[in-house]
Formats: sequence, C-alpha cells, structure tokens
Amino acid sequence: MDNQIKNITNKYLNSKHRLMDIFHDIQKKSGYISENDIKSISELLNISSVDVIQTLSFYHFFKKKENAKYNIYINESIVAQMYGHKRILQAFENATKTKLNSISADGNFGLYSTSDIGMGDQEPAAIINGVIFPKITTYRVKEIIKEFRKGKSAQDLVNSFGDGHNQDNLIRSMVSNNLNRRGRVIFSGYNSEDALDIIVDKTPEEILHVIKESNIRGRGGAGFPIGLKWQYCRQATGKTKYIVCNADEGEPGTFKDRVLLTELPKRVIVGMIIAAYAVGASKGIIYLRKEYDYLIPYLKNSLTEAEKNNLLGESIKGRKGFNFDIRIQLGGGAYVCGEETALLESCEGKRGEPRNRPPFPIEKGFLDNPTVINNVESLCAIPKIICKGAEWYRSLGTKQSSGTKLLSISGDVLYPGVFEVEWGMTIKDIIDMAGGLDTKAVQVGGPSGKLISKKEFSRRIAYEDLSTGGAIIVFNKTRNILDIVMNFTKFFIDESCGSCAPCRYLTVILKNKLQKIIDGKGVENDLLELKEWGKKMKIANRCGLGQSAANPILTSLENFRSDYEDAVQSDKKYISSFDLEKSILAGAKAASRFPAV
Amino acid sequence: MNKNITFTIDGKKCIAKQDQNIVEAAEDNGIYIPTLCHLKGIIPSGSCRICNIKSNGRFMTACTTKVQEGMVIENNTEEIDELRKIIIETLFVSGNHYCPSCEKSGNCILQALAYKHRIMIPRFAYTFEVKQVDATSPKIYLERNRCVLCKRCVRSIKTKDNKNYFAIEGRGYTSQIILDKKLALNMSDEEAQIAMKNCPVGCILKKEKGYIEAIGTRKYDKIEIGTEIEIEA
Repeated sequence: MDNQIKNITNKYLNSKHRLMDIFHDIQKKSGYISENDIKSISELLNISSVDVIQTLSFYHFFKKKENAKYNIYINESIVAQMYGHKRILQAFENATKTKLNSISADGNFGLYSTSDIGMGDQEPAAIINGVIFPKITTYRVKEIIKEFRKGKSAQDLVNSFGDGHNQDNLIRSMVSNNLNRRGRVIFSGYNSEDALDIIVDKTPEEILHVIKESNIRGRGGAGFPIGLKWQYCRQATGKTKYIVCNADEGEPGTFKDRVLLTELPKRVIVGMIIAAYAVGASKGIIYLRKEYDYLIPYLKNSLTEAEKNNLLGESIKGRKGFNFDIRIQLGGGAYVCGEETALLESCEGKRGEPRNRPPFPIEKGFLDNPTVINNVESLCAIPKIICKGAEWYRSLGTKQSSGTKLLSISGDVLYPGVFEVEWGMTIKDIIDMAGGLDTKAVQVGGPSGKLISKKEFSRRIAYEDLSTGGAIIVFNKTRNILDIVMNFTKFFIDESCGSCAPCRYLTVILKNKLQKIIDGKGVENDLLELKEWGKKMKIANRCGLGQSAANPILTSLENFRSDYEDAVQSDKKYISSFDLEKSILAGAKAASRFPAV
Repeated sequence: MNKNITFTIDGKKCIAKQDQNIVEAAEDNGIYIPTLCHLKGIIPSGSCRICNIKSNGRFMTACTTKVQEGMVIENNTEEIDELRKIIIETLFVSGNHYCPSCEKSGNCILQALAYKHRIMIPRFAYTFEVKQVDATSPKIYLERNRCVLCKRCVRSIKTKDNKNYFAIEGRGYTSQIILDKKLALNMSDEEAQIAMKNCPVGCILKKEKGYIEAIGTRKYDKIEIGTEIEIEA
C-alpha cells in the first residue's frame, strides 16, 4: 500500500469523519484521488470503497481522474454573465485550445465552470489552481495562458494586491474588499478582545440574557434568534458541545463573509469564544467554503495568535475550566453545505445531504453532540453587543430587526461591494447608495430570495418585511428577466444534493419548460404549469435549497409577468415540446433517408 | 412512559404507541399512507417525499415524523393527492420505466402507486435520460433506468461486518446508485435476494433465476396497494 496515503490517513487517526481532509491532502499532493487511493483509503479506514466514492463524488472540486497542470474554474454566476463571462470563456477556450469541461491534449489545461465563487463585486472571475483571478479581461486571459505555457505558476501571476489584508503576507491576493460602507457594529473601531474581559467576570446565564435582550437574529437568512439558539444548546444534554461557524457562503451574489474573514478574523474568533462560554462548548469548527481556501494560512495564523494570547486553549483569560479550541474544516464545493445540517454531514466526512429535523443541531449536531451553528456575520456582531450592551444594540435598526446588516451589492451598480447598513433601509435607497441607474429588477437574498420590480422598491430590508441574507443583485433595463431566471434555475439544478425526488428532478422539468418559453415555443398554458408545478417545490422538499429552487420562476412570474407574456405565443393554444424531426434524425440518417414530417 | 397517543387522520380517531412514526402508526389503525422509500425496521430517510401529509396545517413527511398527542393529520385530500401524483410522475419521467417488460411488474411499488393514483400518462415530457446498467457483479444487476434513488438498498443491505454494499455516487439529477465491486464478489444468494426484495422498483435484480412468479399473479396485479392495510383494520 501507498505509504503516502497511510501517512495522510494516520494524520487524521484513520477516522472516516475526516474524509474531506484526507481528500484535500491527497489532491494537494497528487492532483487527484485515484482508484488506487480510493482502495487504500477504504482499507485504512475500514469502510467500503463505495463509501469513499459517495463522499468524493459529491463535491465539485474533488477530482477522480487525472488532473491538468492548470485547473481553470470559471465562475458562471449571473453577475459574471453580465460582465462578460461568455467572452472570457471563449478566450480561455481559444487560448488553451480546449473546450469547457475537458482537458487540453497536452494535459496542461483543464477548463471548468463553477457556481458563484463569492466574487460578485469583481467579475468576471476565475479560480486557477486555488488562486483567485478577479476582473478578468480577454487580454488577461491571453497573458495568463502565455505565462502558464512558459511554466509559471498561478501564484506567480498575481500582479497586484487588493486592499486591506489582501496584501497580508499570508494572503497576497488580487481580491479586493470593496468595503464601501462601514457601520456602527461590525466594521466599527474597537477592540473585540475587551468583550472577553467582560464575559469572564459574568456567568454564562448573564451573557445569554444580554444576547437575548439584544434581539439579534441569525444573519445567514433564516433569522432564528441567536440568544434562544444558544440557550437551547446550553440546556441540551451532552458532554462535548460544539460551536460551528458557517463560513460556507454560497448564495450567488453574497461575498460579505469573504471580507469579514479577510479583515476581521479575530472578531469571528472572539464571537465563537463568547458563544462557547455562554453555551458551555469546548470545541469549535469553522466550516470554510473551498473557494476561500486562499485564506487558510491567514486564518490558521489568526487561530495560533489567539492561542498564544490565551484566547483559545485552556483556562481562557485565566478562567479555570473555560477551555475552547477551534479547527478549520474545508468544504469541497457544494452550495447545499451552507444549510446547517448538510454542513454537519460534511464536517463528518459525508455527503452534504441535509438531515431530517427534528432532532435539531442544538440537540444532536456534530457527531450527535449539541451544536450551535452561526453565520460568520452573526458571530462578528456578538463582541460589540457584549461591549456596548443590549439596549444600545436595539437602538439600531427596526423594532423587530435590531442592529446592522451587511449587504453584498453587485450587478448593475457603479459601486459594487459590501455595505454595512441599519435594518430598515428601503430597496430604493439601497440602489441609490450603490449607484444603480435605470434599475429594472432587484434580486433580494440571492436566487433563493425574491426577484422584485419597481413597485416593491419602497419595501424595507427587515425580518418583518423583506428578509435577506444580504445578497442584493441589481439589474438594469437592458437585462433579460428570463435569462436571469434560467441562470438561477440551472444553479439550483447543479447544486441539488439529489436526495428529495422533487428537488432532484422537478427542477429539471421546470428548466425544460422555461427553455421552451425562451425558445419561443411557449404558450399561455406553459406559464400556468410553471406556476402550479413550481409551487409544489415549496412544500415537497426537505431543505431550504429545494423549497426555494423554484423561487426565481415563481417570483419573476409574479413580478415580471409581461416579460413572460411577450415571450409566449398568445395566438396558439398548444405547442408540443417534442421535436419530432430532431428526434428521428439519427435513425433517418442511419437509414440514409431524410425525414419528411 | 408507555402511554398511548391519540390523534386523528382525516377525522378518524387513532391510537398509537409512543415513538411511532406516522406511517406505521397509521398502518396500525388501518390507514394507508403511500410511501416508496420507507422500509419498516430501517431508519427512515424521507427522500421520496410521497408520504407527505399535513399535520396541523403544515406539510411533513409521515415516515420521518413521530406521532404526537393530539395531532390532526390530513392524508386523503385533493391537495395532498395532487402533490403525490406530481412526485410519482416525476419519478416516471426521470427514469425509463417500461413496465410490460420489467421483471418487477406487479411487485413494483412505483407501478402500484401509479395505479392507485390513476395515473394514465405523466403530465411531464419524457426526457429519456441516459442511464447505465451495471451487470458486473456475480449476483445482481443494477438496472439504473428504473432506480428511484430511494436508498433502501443503501440503508438496509450490509455485509456481516456492517459495511455498505451500496451507495450513491454524484449529486443532483445525475446521481446514481453504485455497488461495491469487491464486496459484491462475496455477496450471498440470500443477501442478493433481500436486496432485490427491498428494492421497491425493478432496479436491483437477482441474476440466474428470473420471472419465477408469472405476470398477472403478482401482489399488485390482484389488489390495489394499501388495500391489505385497510382491509385488515
């Protein structure tokens, strides 16, 4: 057996729960995970080889076949499309003499598409061998490939650094923060460590009280009250409790956590420590999306620093019995892992399939231990609440939505980037703030949210009105609504875990129907069916992904009805989706006949 | 703790034991809730979504939900029936199901559910997805054209040292069932027989002997699925 594999699995105590890490290590060394590797892993971990394959094949960035020297993943999000994704893809295809989803004949270049990589403010972007290339132009494509042919590495081609800590020696990335607006909570100037000095003099119950009083709710999108979540977990029975930071932001159009992890990793860590203290947790995990792995050395260093300063480890801040440590779990490229129970499955080395609930993670989470899962932004807000108090925090925002919210604004605006605003801002003000002109539509909360039209621009972002995880994509008059909806629908198809039958295939049926309309073969009845079938997705599926997979279709049908009506043939009652001529073409050719239908 | 639980399904008063899931509790009360992926004695997965019911106005899968005191469950309503039909039709068009030539015809739950719900033809267009048949193992075929990814085999068929024979490869609509090639070499006839029996459709088929029961004499050729539960009560 391969000694290298043995060393790697040994490093993770031959635990099947560390499969993700084992794959990452092997891929880093050999470029891909071979049939032989799979066999070795299954023997060393004492599981069947199909168990290895089922995890391996679930994630977008793990490779089972020989890899190219340069793996180019081009973002195919809607914003990338708006900023010239097609042109860039073509430029890459020409320069590498490769088609999408294949490896060039010389084995040098592999060309792939990938779902939103969290760079909506600097599209079109691509990931090449782990290095993020933002704002790519056709000129840049030629240059990159030319240099690669000379043997340069992707890191060698970093020709400028972004702002802030993107210039840090441990990051050195071309990614920019585009932090356009600092607010009074997250991006305010204070020392978050002060919060730790405050909590160690208080009881966990007192901390729970403050967080509950502050009324802060989860920032990932679902908006569950954080104080309650912590309290339930504190009350749950279990020897080891876990705090998990959900850094798997994958909702197309969101990129705020990228900026938080770059600029304020310490606040995230302090937020986790406070959570641990209040809940009585001793273990922490940061689940980081694979697309952000360029931040790993930097984040690991932040954790080491925290350990050095006695913020992590044993007897934190001198308080006996307060022990907490954090490790980073790297994902493998799967949007659904942002769903908290799928995230836990992934942490356990499994396929990222959402669990049935109950039991909820606060009762049975990571390896069945009571677990709190909080969004990066939620955790980042916590230290300030401890420092300034619940009442101060509640004075910001609206009555039911206290505090500030980070918005990731992209699309047709002059100043795409991250904005920290108080809850309660209207969509119109948000558009004006980011410099949107001739705005036709706004996608609030990413594809799983709502596509709204002008008549709703006076609505406010708040849990009681337009609830959002913060992704705001702005579209101007020139954009085609149906193309937007198609992009989002394809996204959900690509990212479905495949467990629930309706999410697995009804989405494909909906997409085919939408394509029929886009192709000019739609009739009024197709719109009716889109709506009827789409509505079933909401009730038929287990998790948020499946339940909202038809949201782009449903909300655009509601708010942009005329765009659909213009696309369908109003004078016809029925047009078949079946293309007889095309269907019999192969058979007719084989028989040397030309079909006459 | 052994107190009985009382609840209603479509207005009928029912009694269940603690910790029973709704599918099984309903069955004990002579009410059939259609399921495809659920298999008695195995941890429910809630993936086919056919057992969706409404409890206190909310949709949930009956196999994964434990029955609770005072639950008001709707099972047989137009809304739920429509949802189930859509799911069943989705399963038909996402695979390639040719019932007349299928060895499981008459014993197939998908087919039986389609009969029960009076589905003549799916409302969705067939897409004729290309699926690969795997006949490489000595004991069984995997006829993936008929697989509905219910994971019954994944959950229920294990080796003596508790290793998985089956798993899912890939994700989304391209995911497929796979069989561990090495383990399959030592699969016993009995295990192969149970695997075929546990498969609700005609995906897992035992090699060597087939069509033992004549078509026309099989379980659901004679009675509608669920009636055996409803008659007994």
